[in-house]
Amino acid sequence: MEILVCIRRVPDNSENEITLNSAGNDIERDELVYSVNEADNYAVEEALQIVAKVGGSVSVVTVGGEDDEEILRREMAMGASHGVLLSDPHFDKSDGRGIAAILKAFVAKSKYDLILTGVQAEDGAAQVGGMLAAMLDYPFASLVNSIEVLDDHKLKIGREIEGGNREMSEIDLPCVLSIQTGINEPRYVGMRGIRAVASIPIPTHDASVLGVNPKAVEEAGATVKRLDYFVPVVGKGAEMLAGSREENIDKVLELIAAKGGLK
Amino acid sequence: MESSSAVSLVHSWLEPGRHLFVLVHLIGVASFTYIVWRRLVPLVRGQSDPRFDRPLARLGNLAKFWFGQWRHPRYPGAGVLHILIFIGFILLVIRSFSTLLVGVSRYLATQGPPSQIAYLYSTVTDYAATVVFICMLVAIIRRLVFRPARYAVPTRYGRVHTADAIFLLALIAVLMAADGLYSAAVAAGQFKVDQAGEQLAFLSLPWLLQLALASSSLAAIGKFCFAAYLVHEVTFYFLLCYRPFGIQFHVETSLFNVYFAKLSRGSLKPVRWDVPDGALDQAKSFGVKTFEDFTWKHMLDFYSCADCGRCSDNCPANKVGRPLSPRFLSIKARDYAFQHYPVFGRSSNHQALVGSVYSADEIWSCTTCGACEEECPLLIENIDKIVDLRRGMVDDGNVPQSLQKPLKALESRGNPYGKMEKKRGDWATSKELQQVCSVKTLGKSTANTLYFVDSVTSYDDRMQSIARSTARILANIGEDFGILGGAERDSGHEVRRFGEEMLFAALRDHNTGAIRATAAKRIVTGDPHALNSLRHDYNGLPPVEHISQFIARTKRAGLIHFNPVDRASDVYTYHDPCYLGRHNQVYDDPRYVLDSIPGLKRVEMERSRDRSFCCGGGGLMLFYESKEDQRMGVKRVEMAAEAGANVIVTACPFCMANIEDAIKVAGFEGKMSAIDLAELVDRQMVRNEWASSATSCAGG
Amino acid sequence: MSRIFAYIAHKDGVAGDSAAELLAAARSIDAAAKPSALVAGHGPELDSVCEALRSSFADVWKLAHDDLSHPNAELVRQALVKVLPPCSIVLVPHDHFGIDLGPGLSIKLNAAFVPDILQIAHVEGTAITFVRQEFGGQVSAHVRCDASSGAVITIRPGAFKATAAAPVQGVIVDKSAEIGILTTRRRYLQTVVAEDGDVDITKHAVLVSIGRGIQEKDNVGIAQELADVLGAAVSCSRPVVDSKWLEKSRQVGSSGKTVKPKVYLACGISGAFQHLAGIKGNPFIVAINKNSKAPIFQVADVGIVDDILEFLPALTEKIREMQSVSAK
Repeated sequence: MEILVCIRRVPDNSENEITLNSAGNDIERDELVYSVNEADNYAVEEALQIVAKVGGSVSVVTVGGEDDEEILRREMAMGASHGVLLSDPHFDKSDGRGIAAILKAFVAKSKYDLILTGVQAEDGAAQVGGMLAAMLDYPFASLVNSIEVLDDHKLKIGREIEGGNREMSEIDLPCVLSIQTGINEPRYVGMRGIRAVASIPIPTHDASVLGVNPKAVEEAGATVKRLDYFVPVVGKGAEMLAGSREENIDKVLELIAAKGGLK
Repeated sequence: MESSSAVSLVHSWLEPGRHLFVLVHLIGVASFTYIVWRRLVPLVRGQSDPRFDRPLARLGNLAKFWFGQWRHPRYPGAGVLHILIFIGFILLVIRSFSTLLVGVSRYLATQGPPSQIAYLYSTVTDYAATVVFICMLVAIIRRLVFRPARYAVPTRYGRVHTADAIFLLALIAVLMAADGLYSAAVAAGQFKVDQAGEQLAFLSLPWLLQLALASSSLAAIGKFCFAAYLVHEVTFYFLLCYRPFGIQFHVETSLFNVYFAKLSRGSLKPVRWDVPDGALDQAKSFGVKTFEDFTWKHMLDFYSCADCGRCSDNCPANKVGRPLSPRFLSIKARDYAFQHYPVFGRSSNHQALVGSVYSADEIWSCTTCGACEEECPLLIENIDKIVDLRRGMVDDGNVPQSLQKPLKALESRGNPYGKMEKKRGDWATSKELQQVCSVKTLGKSTANTLYFVDSVTSYDDRMQSIARSTARILANIGEDFGILGGAERDSGHEVRRFGEEMLFAALRDHNTGAIRATAAKRIVTGDPHALNSLRHDYNGLPPVEHISQFIARTKRAGLIHFNPVDRASDVYTYHDPCYLGRHNQVYDDPRYVLDSIPGLKRVEMERSRDRSFCCGGGGLMLFYESKEDQRMGVKRVEMAAEAGANVIVTACPFCMANIEDAIKVAGFEGKMSAIDLAELVDRQMVRNEWASSATSCAGG
Repeated sequence: MSRIFAYIAHKDGVAGDSAAELLAAARSIDAAAKPSALVAGHGPELDSVCEALRSSFADVWKLAHDDLSHPNAELVRQALVKVLPPCSIVLVPHDHFGIDLGPGLSIKLNAAFVPDILQIAHVEGTAITFVRQEFGGQVSAHVRCDASSGAVITIRPGAFKATAAAPVQGVIVDKSAEIGILTTRRRYLQTVVAEDGDVDITKHAVLVSIGRGIQEKDNVGIAQELADVLGAAVSCSRPVVDSKWLEKSRQVGSSGKTVKPKVYLACGISGAFQHLAGIKGNPFIVAINKNSKAPIFQVADVGIVDDILEFLPALTEKIREMQSVSAK
């Protein structure tokens, strides 16, 4: 099975404090640490486990620039056989729909049985996978937390729905799935693995190679634009108890008792 | 050696069997040679390990640990037993060989030293054989009746080894008895013939057996002699050939194992001895994944394990129910070698060890405390093997999720918490500290001494107090010091010991560059893990010492004085950190410092110094979730309570973290407290007037 | 302003809470609009939902089809594409269904897509400015959408409060015939219900809920002790389950259980919306967290900045004292 995983380089959520910059119009980007989006990493691990069972290979692709090569290499160190960079000045500030269109152009020129993305990235939009599927006219499922290969043409998948329940479906190949975190335990990628792939050439495709109309994907043509970043002025919020620990405990118990919380 | 008339008598008895005896010799020697050759096969396939350097030091080890049985008395009962058996064996070597020769060569039998020396030797060995015989009986009774706990075999490792042990002990007893009966028969026969003859040692086993033979006819004695001789020879060769099939192989291999033992403490073997650092990128595989990835010396270790269980008895991971038992690291590998490189049959090799012989959790459970290596009478090395196995797992991506996050943070931020590099020196900017001294950040400014803080002390809210105390101590003494601040990265001590060699190398290279750039002449640290790493994993650095050594030296020079303790009722005990104590042999300096504090009552825990019990581990071990029945720290805190202490003094931030946590978990909150040595000294030291102003450490 | 449609999720013949929220959102976009409800399904359950919605929606578009008896986003999308007029604005809740349906729908309708919005900041003609969050809620952003060719908007559950409005006399518009044949390459098999484990957190009036701040599995006992003296149950946020410190049945949140306690102690929980989405019924929320800037303090009633590993045992101890005094 030939699997393509679409990945993205994002500021690492756990190792950064996201704050506004001094101009107040963007987040502070100095000293940010970047890595592959967590959900995308789970997707690559899942793809690797699938091909370990049924054969085939895993390719990873990202839309970006030179800086983004590092995540392609990291996933290749993890076990992906091929890494592809889709890069063009017109792609620089493409929105989710633009990125989906770029990926669609790449997929249309290749032959993949299964396309995976992570459920969502740092903007919490959770959109590229679904859009890509619709553009390709492939069936789609989001929030996938289990995959079983039934045969060459279909999978049995589980989706995470409310109450911790799981919705089981059968889906035909080729299809697009967005993968939820926690689906598996990703293997460790050590420094040695990364150094081993440090010099492998990464093929890069631009708009003309892909056959993408730059105007369709560039920032200027987007129907949705982010205007700024801001931190909202906080409303009333909680009544903050400011005494010593003993005082706080007493006060809290008083309040809980008043609400019927103490038996 | 017998007199010539005795020789004729013996010769007449044994002559009929001479061909048989020669045959037994040939079969025995040939079998033994073949068996040993087959046992050497995997060693030839193993990795290289340079152990032929420093012969004098190695001979010194041999004298102390092999001849001197230095480690044995740590368990007095078994220790005395073994020393007696060992001395007995050494003494009996010549006697055994000469007995073996008697049956095949009349000429050789008549050779030997003058009769007084021969007589002395024979008397001594009569007693030696007796002592060995008695020791065998005692050992068998120990195994059957007293059953020391460390011999027990957990069910997951198979059946108990008692039957095998008793079989071997019994055979040695038989050997002694056969030798005794033979000597008794010779003496009894001689006495019967000419009423004179060699006197056997009074009340020795041969002497007693001679008494038993006194009433037998000469012909009967002759038959006993022949039988005893044959039994002796056959038993001797049987044991010789059987030993390489079990733990008794240590009789042959111990000499070599001790000679080739590791000479340095605290250091780790490189990934491959035959691959220099710069060429590591080309190495096909890191670490030990199959048996053949072990070095020949490690394989020899497996052969040499005597199954005594002392290592596991002292292993803290084993004590708290983690799936690790150092004894079984060796025994399982030895069994693997026996099975896959059999004496008879084809060898099968290159099978993955983790997942079949070892479990991943077993290998990750080790805190590298070194208690096992400190105990082993055969100087078997375990830490290098654990690290090698971890290197293999890391290479395969088989790292527990709980460790992946801190490793990733170490890679991107240089500390396992993911905190920003530039905040590493923030602990030094507290207003309170600034009033007493300002801590220089080296790089732009220079200083004589670098205070290497390392990650936990820099970033952890609780541990930062240790850093501030250390800074105040250094300032009070007037030491010209500074820190690396944002340029410092984690020392990488646990990164390396958890198998991530390349990440460690990156951290080491960064730190080395930063340290050299400061031109500091010496380094002081309060973190024993950092101490160990800078001393043994890094190269080309100025000398490193622990803050306790620094304070002790300062105290001896009279440059620091202490106020008496406030609460006379407090009872203090010092907990030896593994990486300060066992690995770096610093036991006395911290105690000297504590004992210099007026009014401080100190007690020793039963497990102290090189028998100290690990707090639970440091560095990445704080992130690993092992299956265990209890925390190591809780056990340690209970030991402190048993010793009658209510204050535990630590000298390591990880010990502090584990022990403070354990005090809560064990329910001792309010009854017991922990304090770092630096914090205690900071509290008790007399402030030098000239050091009280902020200008004492110039620059800033 | 283009027509606004609200996709109504329903179960067992009853519309979900999101119906009122979407209505409120629609009114924020255009106060004068008469939003239409889109209800897909099958059989008498579908009918009763449509009937009930008549009092809040001017028209209720009924989309009945055999294949829609189980809400399958692939099929619903096809149906919507067939019946929706061009340039429609479609509102969908941002839940597991909305995430499944929304992006693809926007492509097939050739409409803009704005996911997970919290507020309508500004409307100027067909340019709508929304507020969303990024980076796990650490920052907010204004996002402007050109809805001239339509838009698919997913709404964060709970972001819009139902507004009181005069009931309407809506009509049911049966659009089922326009759906035609639905083909899909994704077929629903079954729903596997999460195992309950030994404790059903949805049945407790008081919950001691722990998050990442509990730091390690061994500390879970601290929360259990507090729960024991309170007669409460221990629940948690997602990271605790991901780290395998508690079973999934204890998770409160959009992918876990929905709880309606009287008192909710949020200990070491940052307050990500996915977790808060599982708390209904407006309980008294006490938040304890080391980080004074944690978003939980926005929604809690009482907040304490402290280390839960120290605070909880002290709280437990105090309650024990109180109980032993009153027992005398």
